[in-house]
Amino acid sequence: MKLPIFLDNHSTTPMDPRVLEAMLPYFVEKFGNAASRNHAFGWAAEEAVEQARKQIAKLIKADAKEIVFTSGATESDNLALKGVLEMYKEKGTHIITSSTEHRAVLDTAKSLEAKGLATVTYLPVDKYGMVNPQDVQNAITDKTILISIMLANNEIGTINPIQEIGKIAKSKGVLFHCDATQGVGKIPVDVQAMGIDLMSFTSHKIYGPKGVGALYVRKRNPRVRIAPQIDGGGHERGMRSGTLPVPLIVGFGKACELCEQEMAADTARLTKMRDRLQAEIMAALEESYLNGHPTNRLPGNLNISFAYVEGESLLMGMKDIALSSGSACTSATLEPSYVLRALGVGTELAHSSIRFGLGRFNTDDEIDYTTKKVIEVVTKLREMSPLYEMAKEGVDLKSVQWAAH
Amino acid sequence: MAYSDKVVDHFNNPRNMGSFKKDDADVGTGMVGAPECGDVMKLQIKVQNDTIVDAKFKTFGCGSAIASSSLATEWLKGKTIEEAQKIKNTDIVQELNLPPVKIHCSVLAEDAIKAALADYQKKTDGQPTGTK
Repeated sequence: MKLPIFLDNHSTTPMDPRVLEAMLPYFVEKFGNAASRNHAFGWAAEEAVEQARKQIAKLIKADAKEIVFTSGATESDNLALKGVLEMYKEKGTHIITSSTEHRAVLDTAKSLEAKGLATVTYLPVDKYGMVNPQDVQNAITDKTILISIMLANNEIGTINPIQEIGKIAKSKGVLFHCDATQGVGKIPVDVQAMGIDLMSFTSHKIYGPKGVGALYVRKRNPRVRIAPQIDGGGHERGMRSGTLPVPLIVGFGKACELCEQEMAADTARLTKMRDRLQAEIMAALEESYLNGHPTNRLPGNLNISFAYVEGESLLMGMKDIALSSGSACTSATLEPSYVLRALGVGTELAHSSIRFGLGRFNTDDEIDYTTKKVIEVVTKLREMSPLYEMAKEGVDLKSVQWAAH
Repeated sequence: MAYSDKVVDHFNNPRNMGSFKKDDADVGTGMVGAPECGDVMKLQIKVQNDTIVDAKFKTFGCGSAIASSSLATEWLKGKTIEEAQKIKNTDIVQELNLPPVKIHCSVLAEDAIKAALADYQKKTDGQPTGTK
């Protein structure tokens, strides 16, 4: 077993060597521009792109023509929200989304609001982080043009009832965008069955290269149109101009193909390892709390709050394991996780949260090491924690008048 | 964020971690911060003849907060009450090489020192020190 251990697979994933192998010919040898229609270099590049488009479409049960390449999920989210709003603003400017979306959706929505271009409803989630489809239905007005709800949450892994939301959207004639960045390649996705009209996802979360993503844009029933946000040579059927990054797209395609072939096996293995990690940690450490849905979540996700210890110090104590925390000290905003807060998790427990993200290349040995280390470090930091001491003495921490600073 | 070697050292080998009985007459206790803010520091001093003979801490917080309070206990030992009053958060920032986002950890440590000294002085108010 090699240290450090990478257990932060929601942030990104290592590239699968088979993906790299597929990409290599497209850097030096087959370097053509896929838009060059009149010579062999261009044809070879175009053929590779179209092959990848098929591999990607197959994974999500779409048609290859419905895949629009972007630089990643953030751009796809921006393109979906801004592109739909600009195209359909005569019909209405109301957008419905949820409070636990990724910031690529939330900040795009807020920016549209701030510019006076849209009104946005941010739906609450339940204690497991799930959106209630009934809330979506109730929020729809005659001005609603878009619903944007994520497939699976990046912090807690909770999976939303996408199919039900898709049905509601369809019955009301409202477009449905799904940020599926964390879900595609990990759980089955079927844009037809789920009633998704637009869907964002990216390559680097599924063992492909960074720098490429896609927006699925439905072609029929209904035919969805979006206003381009980047103008230029009219690539990607005019929806996203810019020379296609052929090697990245080839890698993205291969990554999707591998996910499709290995999803069942990966899921079984990851779920088993994750469940073991969870069971052993929570059995050994009192007052550790699972964040997110107990069963309806991504196979590789585990998010636990350890009462009385602060997340960043936990990460520091386990510096040979790459993890992430909802603690304010680890975020750029100096606020604890808004996702955990939206679930109703107290601020102090949000500060104490650790996200474990298991992926294709993690091993049982790594999970054993992590389990041992987590138990050791939490125990050590609790010994050091005045809050733990007070709780042991029977002090109700909520009754204490803290000198806030 | 990369931590300075000194922060890492204090985090891995905390000095004077623990507690005194806070009701003892020769002990001053300072508890500052709040769980919602992500850091709570408890700093205690034991005083004889106006001199801090021992100090202990317990901290809930990030590595820099733990290091700041650990360092504070080291510095407090052997100082008189008057000398201890002069410890500034900027000294802690400098010694631990804290980045700007972690300056509040040093402020918290200074507040904890002040609170512990005030608690001790409240206990001994009107009484000659060092006679117990």
